Amino acid sequence: MSDPGAGLGLGKDLVGLEPLGREQILGILDTAEPFKEISERQIKKVPVLRGQTIVNLFFEPSTRTRISFEFAEKRLSADTVNISSSGSSVEKGETLVDTARNLEAMRINMVVVRHGSSGAAGFLADRIPSNVINAGDGQHEHPTQALLDLLTIRDRFGSIEGRRVCIVGDILHSRVARSNIWGLLKCGAEVAVCGPRTLIPAGIGDLGVRVLRRVEEAIEWGDVLYVLRLQLERMKGGYVASLREYNRVFGVSSERLRLASDDLIVLHPGPMNRGVEIDSDVADGERSVILPQVTNGVAVRMAVLYLLAGGQPELAETAKGGVA
Amino acid sequence: MKRPVLLVGGRVVDPSQSIDEPRDVLVLGGRIEAVERGLAGPDEAERIDVSGLVVAPGLIDVHVHLREPGGEHKETIRSGALAAAAGGFTTVWAMPNTDPPLDDPAAVGFVRQEARAWARRGEGGARVSPVGAASRGLAGERMTEIGGLVEAGAVAVTDDGYPIADPALMRRLLEYTQTFGIPVLQHAEDRALSAGGVMNEGAVATALGLRGIPNVSEAAVVARDVYLAELTGGHLHVQHVSTREAVESIERARERGAPVTAEATPHHLTLTEDAVRGYRTDAKMNPPLRTERDRIAVREALIAGVIEMIATDHAPHHYEEKEREFDDAPFGIVGLETALGVCIRELVEPGDLPLSGLVDRMSCAPARAMGIEGGSLRPGRPADIVVFDPGEPWTVDPARFLSRSRNTPFAGERLTGRVRRTIVGGQTRYVGS
Repeated sequence: MSDPGAGLGLGKDLVGLEPLGREQILGILDTAEPFKEISERQIKKVPVLRGQTIVNLFFEPSTRTRISFEFAEKRLSADTVNISSSGSSVEKGETLVDTARNLEAMRINMVVVRHGSSGAAGFLADRIPSNVINAGDGQHEHPTQALLDLLTIRDRFGSIEGRRVCIVGDILHSRVARSNIWGLLKCGAEVAVCGPRTLIPAGIGDLGVRVLRRVEEAIEWGDVLYVLRLQLERMKGGYVASLREYNRVFGVSSERLRLASDDLIVLHPGPMNRGVEIDSDVADGERSVILPQVTNGVAVRMAVLYLLAGGQPELAETAKGGVA
Repeated sequence: MKRPVLLVGGRVVDPSQSIDEPRDVLVLGGRIEAVERGLAGPDEAERIDVSGLVVAPGLIDVHVHLREPGGEHKETIRSGALAAAAGGFTTVWAMPNTDPPLDDPAAVGFVRQEARAWARRGEGGARVSPVGAASRGLAGERMTEIGGLVEAGAVAVTDDGYPIADPALMRRLLEYTQTFGIPVLQHAEDRALSAGGVMNEGAVATALGLRGIPNVSEAAVVARDVYLAELTGGHLHVQHVSTREAVESIERARERGAPVTAEATPHHLTLTEDAVRGYRTDAKMNPPLRTERDRIAVREALIAGVIEMIATDHAPHHYEEKEREFDDAPFGIVGLETALGVCIRELVEPGDLPLSGLVDRMSCAPARAMGIEGGSLRPGRPADIVVFDPGEPWTVDPARFLSRSRNTPFAGERLTGRVRRTIVGGQTRYVGS
């Protein structure tokens, strides 16, 4: 394990899916396959990243993503440190670049970063020699989320190519939507977005997606309905009148899903607002693959950590064989 | 008495007199004495060989931020004036959004005195004319004591950086300033429409996950303001036009005879929103870089004279203020030391504007539009002169700027046209290598 991202040519970092090619994305998904099994073992630990130090640097609150990364790191035997913005020197006015340089001076190997500003992960990646994995930067990208979504879609349909995926909700503020748009398009899916026009960003069509006005159209059209979380702050911004209004017009209910084809599946990146963007009977129903997404998240993140640490995709099966 | 100066052998480009031919220029007592062929000049004159070079009226920039008082780590009146002279400028207008702002006569007087004091010590650059704040504290509510500001040396008023939102205040400003014959400079932006925005709204912003500033935030305010200028007869000057829609408003207003002038920056003439990719904070400014369609509209308006002048909106920021997350970096780029080279490369070299046209847009037109001295080599005028090599290629190295700041999107670029000498009131203030 030496040459970073060797085999797939990922380079030092994973900042987004926009710069990646189809083969690279599918290569990461393939690498994730053998890692799925580790989490099913009695002893969930392999020595793949033994001796590597990973910092989880979270400038924004996160439960799901942070825990998923932590499980992935620990199951690969890495040493991890978690830093969140409250209580750290960040609150004392330290700049992002100084925080990074200080971490670097402690000789770390990787940084998993979550930050509220678009471009922050790339900013960090350009300034430190450690591997940087973007765990969400502003409204820009959240590449591991999209990778786990792609893996979940592939698990269900066997292939992403030719599938119709509609992302429903607050596209304007969503890094998950952007990473999924890039990933899905590169893997050959047809992509649409749907939501209140106040939450559909300008020029989205230029990215290669279609815009559907009504959620009923999205349900009739798609094989996959990707339901985004409606951030409660959007009410204050005046984008949507109320949660009730949003649910009335865009909520995904089992009644509306009667328009869907038999094999339509529903994804959600979590955490859900039940009764707002998605009704409980849909979230818990048989079309929902929301929990498999969470399970796949750990495998995908293991694959990304393994590849950036210099692992060969074709050796993933052997590498995970050992017991820590 | 200053020693006479004779510039010998140059190509004089002075559109104010329709001159573009080899002539010598004699400066006497700080003023232009003669612009003729084969001038002998008095024996004691300093003879400067400018053969192969262009001699033109000194450039005028009606839109710079010198940051003093309050932002001296970014720029000072002295460093800004020196940077201006290095860029071929002989007069710059300093914006009032300092800390404290130039909203009372003492603050306005300070800027003028400071520039003059450095000049007396032999460390002066371009002339610095302060622009007074239009409203107290730049708060957009109550008019400043404009008569007092003018007495202290203000040449115009503006709340630049903070657009004047209240249409009634704008109307009163356009009325009241007529007593003094000075323009109201407006940074046209509807802050409700641009709230939170950090770059142009559109596909690039969407891909980068950055909040956009739509064209209409500029266009709506320009449309309103030109009607107010028409209603009142007051001189409205639209700063840094960036959108096709604003160009249309200005063009139509001028066809109706409205007292409206406008400026475009070198960066809006040459760059588009694509320069932001990679989260380049040196391409973050307000108004933002727009689309190619807007860029072409602004460029064509400048070439046609609808937008009559170029201004840099020189906005220095310390490198550590720009070396950060895009959302948090301040708006603005420096422009004084690259403006001429960028404009020759982008406008003159491709043949879109003759060199005399560029001298007009950067010198004669601002003088004419604002009713100030300068912008001409007519005998009797102040000897504000720029000497430059219009064909010399050079590479932008921000480390060599005389400005205190380095925030330019043109770093490392090859430009054409280099300033060799800048003369202010007959005194050489800059000599290039």
